[in-house]
Order: sequence, then C-alpha cells, then structure tokens
Amino acid sequence: MTVRPRIRLPRSASAGDSIVVKTLINHDMESGQRRNSAGETIPRQIINRFTCEYNGVMVIDVALEPAISANPYMEFEALVPESGEFLFTWYDDNGEVYTATEAFEVS
Amino acid sequence: MLTRRDTIAIGIGASAAVLLPVTGAYALTTEEAITAYTGGADMAEGGVTITAPEIAENGNTVPISVEAPGATEIILIATGNPTPNVGRFTFGPGSGAPMVATRIRLGRTQDVMAIAKMEDGSFASTAVEVKVTIGGCGG
Repeated sequence: MTVRPRIRLPRSASAGDSIVVKTLINHDMESGQRRNSAGETIPRQIINRFTCEYNGVMVIDVALEPAISANPYMEFEALVPESGEFLFTWYDDNGEVYTATEAFEVS
Repeated sequence: MLTRRDTIAIGIGASAAVLLPVTGAYALTTEEAITAYTGGADMAEGGVTITAPEIAENGNTVPISVEAPGATEIILIATGNPTPNVGRFTFGPGSGAPMVATRIRLGRTQDVMAIAKMEDGSFASTAVEVKVTIGGCGG
C-alpha cells in the first residue's frame, strides 16, 4: 500500500493569523483487535504519532491509539507569523516515517 | 470423593478463573486511564467542549471535535471501548487554538470523555454520549 498524505490549507492568510489545517493519510490503522478467517488475531499496525511543525515550531503533537479510525484525519489550527513551510510527520508501528511539506505564504 | 482441602482448592481456582478475564483481558480500565493521566487530581467540570453526533450509524468512523480554551493538552477516552485511550493531543507554541477534530472508532454506545490539561497544570473534563448503531471494533 502506498501511503499518500493529503494536506489542506486555506488559500491565503495574513501574518499572525491562525489558520485551519486539515490532514489525512491513507492507512488501515489495524487495531490488533480483529481476527482473520482462521481465528488468529491480526497484529496491530497503526500510525502511533503525528506531528505538525511550521518553520520548526511545533504546532501539534498527537499520540494516536487504535481507536483512531482508518485513514487518520486531523484538523487543527496553526499560527502563521510569517511565510514559511509546514512539515507533517506520521510514525508507523512498523518503524516507517512518512513526511509531507507544504509551503505557505502570508500577505 | 472430594476432601475439604480439594473443595477449597477448586473454589480458589474457580474464583481466580472468574477474576482473571476482568483484569487480564483489557490493558486499562477507564478509571485507570484517567488516573494514569491526571494522577488522581480533581477535574473541573466545563471548559472543555466535545462536538460529536448524538447517533453514529457507523462506529468505525465517528467524527468528533474537542476544544478547551487555555489547554496545553487534551486526551480523548472512549469509556466503552476494549482499550479506552483514543489519543493525546499536545498543542505546541505554533498552535492557533487548543482544538482538534478527528475521526474515531467506537465499539458500542458509550460516553466519550475529554480531559484537558490547563496551562496552570489543573485538569478539566467533559463527556458526551454517542449512540452507535454498528460497532467499530471488528471482531
């Protein structure tokens, strides 16, 4: 499965505004509670941590549990004191780390 | 034939078998999850707002948002799930507001609880009931 993060930012904002950031990443978030047809427990594999930084400043740091739905969606607010770049990072149980960056310009 | 000693041994074994699933099946109870977070501190009522549907048709993806003005961190607890912890949201200096919206799994009809850790280190909490038509924990 190719993991493809999706980010949604407003078109414009003024310096110092708080903007709404929406993120989604496709991932099964296998809870470790389910069983396969043979009755064996399917091992847990989730995104266990998500972070968002803007110009190196932490916006939100999330510890995810299996109770977060598949394709985890996060919506939150970020301060944009100047133009710069968002860095989004997702940490998978299997050790993989997925990142996405998004440039943002303030007026 | 059973001696008195055998009967007692069977009795102890039986009660252990009854007790074990309760403590062993789930990693944490809701109470334990709360205490693990707050350290047993008192929690104020109010100051935290959860927005969630009254009835969720599909427990696999229940949209929920929570906000708590003045909070540095919020945790969500699904009191009726096999493991009650849902997530911990820590707001950094770049956060525009202590709010987050996400989608969660609910195994059955239950109360969803949010605990906010305030700037002064105190805690506030709230809970809302979400009725679930189809559970979301697989099985």
